[in-house]
Amino acid sequence: MQRELIDRIRALMDEGVATRVLGWKKGEFFYDTEPAILTAEQLDQLVYDSFCGPNLSKYLIQEMPKLEGKIIALIKPCDSYSFNQLCTEHRVDREKVYVIGVGCKGKIDVDKLRARGITGITAIDEDGDTLTVHTLYGDETVNRHEVLLNKCLTCKGKEHRVFDEQIGESEDTSAGADRFDMVKKLEAMTAQERFEFWRGELSKCIRCNACRNVCPACSCVKCVFDNPNTGVQNKAAADDFEENMFHIIRAFHVAGRCTDCGECSRVCPQGIPLHLLNRKFIADIDDLYGEYQAGEEIGQRHPVINYTQEDCEPSVVRERGNQA
Amino acid sequence: MSVNTEWKPKIVAFCCNWCSYAGADLAGSSRLSYPADVKIIRIPCSCRLNPLFILRAFQRGADGVILCGCHPGDCHYSTGNYYARRRMTLLFSMLSYLGIDSRRTRVEWVSAAEGPKFAATMNDFAKTITELGENVKLGDLRCKEN
Ligand code: SF4
Ligand code: SF4
Ligand code: SF4
Ligand code: FES
Repeated sequence: MQRELIDRIRALMDEGVATRVLGWKKGEFFYDTEPAILTAEQLDQLVYDSFCGPNLSKYLIQEMPKLEGKIIALIKPCDSYSFNQLCTEHRVDREKVYVIGVGCKGKIDVDKLRARGITGITAIDEDGDTLTVHTLYGDETVNRHEVLLNKCLTCKGKEHRVFDEQIGESEDTSAGADRFDMVKKLEAMTAQERFEFWRGELSKCIRCNACRNVCPACSCVKCVFDNPNTGVQNKAAADDFEENMFHIIRAFHVAGRCTDCGECSRVCPQGIPLHLLNRKFIADIDDLYGEYQAGEEIGQRHPVINYTQEDCEPSVVRERGNQA
Repeated sequence: MSVNTEWKPKIVAFCCNWCSYAGADLAGSSRLSYPADVKIIRIPCSCRLNPLFILRAFQRGADGVILCGCHPGDCHYSTGNYYARRRMTLLFSMLSYLGIDSRRTRVEWVSAAEGPKFAATMNDFAKTITELGENVKLGDLRCKEN
């Protein structure tokens, strides 16, 4: 599929559709894949394989002012929601992007391989659902589904919400999973248990800001967390409410715009389940204001910047119980 | 929780300029009493309340935070309080999800003519917060005295 993709992009460039493409290239290791903007000469560096987890949509923002014609962008089904959301927010201009919807069969999480004690990985061969992992110490075989990224296990579906053309096959990876499982579990705990769960998780945060930097919804020109006058711009004191503050505020800022792309949790070096914060907002929005999926279409008005006269009062939180 | 007789709750009340702040004024000029521990912060409209303000109030030692605005439909800017209502609902729910008692946060609609309602609301809120006791979950170490 990578070959097919490169050939098609080259043909598009020859036709004069665009001069550059936003895709992925290899980093230091073969399983390190990073977003890259490539010209026709650099096109051979383009990769598309099972390690292309990163969501590219956000990288289009910085390209917008530089563009004269169009740019080609490779968009996975999950990324297409982020792309639409950015168009809705006028950060990306749909007219300036030629979207190739690339098929996706789920992306592999190298950390999950490592967690199985597989180290010294030198190469991976894929054959359907079977992965053969070549390591310095011999070969191992693994079921592909067991080492997919968490975000792929709760994939919203393999339909591209936006594209100019589609290349490659997709395969369902969510296996009917309920993405609100953990949210419900947390809701069922006592307040003290929840407090301890989150204090435990959030106190691991080193405030590297990776979650903010990767998040397609976090694309404000001036971010509140870059303002030294807010007092929330860097690492909080340990065991302090401020550890929670950054996370509550960030989750709140993206509420209604978060497409549940799962990038924040994927990049967190501390393994904090950040998506559980955003999913709580999604669950509440669905529950209180009607089901809503950010990025489904361009031009939607999201529920947090909307209202009806009949909306419930904030006291509903107390009334729902188990809130103390 | 045993109530320390020395301890008095610190309450921050964000009041919209056009209704609730005037309501508070009326409560004052009608000589209705409400706890002196309620610190009123005037905001132009209930929807001016950035969630960060609430968190910051807690962080700086508030034990309860209440937002008062015009009744839905009566906002001076027509629709501000409708937006505030959604935002506060979601924020309170998130705080509760993080294990913070949802009785520490409240929204009440108080008009300029409702001096007695303002006083009653504050008395009731102060009573609730007194029962809940000091807020230890949201404090900030750097803001602690000594
Ligand atoms: S908050 Fe996380 S899941 Fe939501 S859009 Fe941002 S990166 Fe994606
Ligand atoms: S944290 Fe808030 S202000 Fe900062 S980029 Fe994200 S949404 Fe914007
Ligand atoms: S990526 Fe993780 S460690 Fe870094 S700021 Fe976000 S939550 Fe904290
Ligand atoms: S002016 Fe009072 S709520 Fe908007």
